[in-house]
Amino acid sequence: MKIHEYQAKRLLADLGVTVPRGVMVTTPQQAADEAARLMKETGKDLVVLKAQIHAGGRGKGRFVGHDDLGGVKLAHSVDEVRELAGAMLGSVLVTKQTGPDGKTVRRLLVEEGLDIERELYAGLVVDRVSERPVLMASTEGGMEIEEVAAHHPDKIVAEPGDPVRGFLPFRARNIASRLGLEGSVFRTASALLQACGKAFFELDASLVEINPLVVTTDGRVVALDAKVNLDDNAAFRHPDWAELRDPDEEDPSEQEGRKWGLSYISMDGNIGCMVNGAGLAMATMDIIKLEGGNPANFLDVGGGAKADQVTAAFKIITADPKVRAIFINIFGGIMRCDVIATGVVQAVREVGLKVPLVVRLEGTKVDEGKEILAASGLDIVTAANMADGARKAVELAG
Amino acid sequence: MSIWCDEDTRVVVQNITGRNGRFHTAAMLKDGTKIVAGSAPGKGGQEVEGVPVFDTVAEAVERKGANASVIFVPAPFAADAMIEAAEAGCKLVVVITEGIPTMDVAAALPKMKELGVQTVGPNCPGIISPGKTKLGIMPAYIHTPGPIGVISRSGTLTYEVVHQLTGLGMGQTTGLGIGGDPIVGSTFLDVLEAFNADPDTKGVFMIGEIGGSAEEAAADYIKKEFHKPVASFIAGRTAPPGKRMGHAGAIIAGGKGTAADKIDALRSAGVVVADSPAGMGEAMKEAMQ
Repeated sequence: MKIHEYQAKRLLADLGVTVPRGVMVTTPQQAADEAARLMKETGKDLVVLKAQIHAGGRGKGRFVGHDDLGGVKLAHSVDEVRELAGAMLGSVLVTKQTGPDGKTVRRLLVEEGLDIERELYAGLVVDRVSERPVLMASTEGGMEIEEVAAHHPDKIVAEPGDPVRGFLPFRARNIASRLGLEGSVFRTASALLQACGKAFFELDASLVEINPLVVTTDGRVVALDAKVNLDDNAAFRHPDWAELRDPDEEDPSEQEGRKWGLSYISMDGNIGCMVNGAGLAMATMDIIKLEGGNPANFLDVGGGAKADQVTAAFKIITADPKVRAIFINIFGGIMRCDVIATGVVQAVREVGLKVPLVVRLEGTKVDEGKEILAASGLDIVTAANMADGARKAVELAG
Repeated sequence: MSIWCDEDTRVVVQNITGRNGRFHTAAMLKDGTKIVAGSAPGKGGQEVEGVPVFDTVAEAVERKGANASVIFVPAPFAADAMIEAAEAGCKLVVVITEGIPTMDVAAALPKMKELGVQTVGPNCPGIISPGKTKLGIMPAYIHTPGPIGVISRSGTLTYEVVHQLTGLGMGQTTGLGIGGDPIVGSTFLDVLEAFNADPDTKGVFMIGEIGGSAEEAAADYIKKEFHKPVASFIAGRTAPPGKRMGHAGAIIAGGKGTAADKIDALRSAGVVVADSPAGMGEAMKEAMQ
């Protein structure tokens, strides 16, 4: 689960990570008021306005219709803040991560400006190979870590976390030392890295990235930018995560899917897919493409879906105006074919069927499933196997 | 032979009284699995499908001699259930449960390894040695005994390949799903090593998917030390980057973990990689020639 930068900073600050002073705003007037307050507090005529969207590359991104306006801007007066915020809020920001359509900016982070001496990088990820979290850092702050890894792997230092004990303090000290930090900066950086390590575990994060981590001219160490991704699987023990979700950042169909416990991702093709199991769902998209078609979505109804979830899944697919044919590809294990069949029949009775429906059933309770479909009298094209189903769906989608 | 489980494996089903535990206990019994006990806290003394239920796994092991476990315990409690099974003395622990927090699994696995337990999963369909036993949820009727080992990160896509293999007359020694999470108890490497050591396994089919680098690591091992034919399919060639494709582990992040990279690595290790999921059985046939 992705969250905004201002939310990530608030969560990290609560666990002892130093972040710049700042407030999230949604109107130009609020931005001006908060900027005035920050300028008074810091005694400096400098604030930073940062567009809050779930995508990186904001600084280098550009707002549609404003060729010189990026997603991160410095402002030196309250009037300038009001003007910039007015241009940014409600406008569409395109970055290399948003895709060509960009994202509408509805929230801004107004932050104090800092005098930066050095920019570092710190990030915590799950290392699948060693089966533990790892804390990585480099002196190349501001650069993407993948780029540093590709061109200057020697500049990355890393220390493992212990999934049982967490990040031991000496790991953070090792990192600070290997980054060449000394004296009070060494101490504050070590403390900040240790707090990040603690945050990774306490937040059930899958990623904590501070880029850049800055050392200011007056010797402070501050998380200038912060990105936190949360492990969706741990949502059950974090009731507070519900309010971190920003519905404007998510595709409405994906939200509806999640509400029903379905894994749904919008694609741009015209063949709606309903599949059980993530691997088979991916393979179904792949085979549709191989047969010359384009999938409209990825949809895994999961292992233990009930009939009403299947009905909800069917409704999500049929609500997509791009869909010209539907391919249901089920190989039952935990999922029983009779449950799928019942859900599909129920859904078609509720919402009707305006496009061709191709169904391939195999596995647990397959005969019962086929009987339910046959007895329903619905106009369903049956497929003997996956390739047959994909071919028929591509043909019928036209 | 088969790997990790056979007709002598004595199984305890954890959370046998739940909806899925109950349904798949009946299915496993029908498929010939020796389920000697079930566990469900507070339900000790009951029976499910004629199988005695105990409050704890320790009791099930002590009273009925269980040496392997299949876990259907809900995600919030599943890591605890894994260690419970290991401490009780089960040497094979198959975790079917989906949605366990990644760090819960990471924290449980060192203990499992320390106790010498082979963990399969989580978020997996389990393990089957056709004609001998099944610790999992896969439909047994598509399987048949034979010379092919099957390994997969997926559940249903595994059924797909097994169905194709059986249809082409290639039975299986053992088939198992290692699970779709970023961190799993058994990796491709663990399973390949076991198949390498099993004289009855003459070839292996491996199903990978986008995300991580486990397929690349497997390719490296196959190139250097694995001397049996291998065929493969990698799911997710059409998956967009940055999106989690159902499985927690199936995500292309920072340009890493693409299907193309994995296919290249496997092909350069001499693996026959099927372009279409409909051609998996044929790819195995080609590799075996």
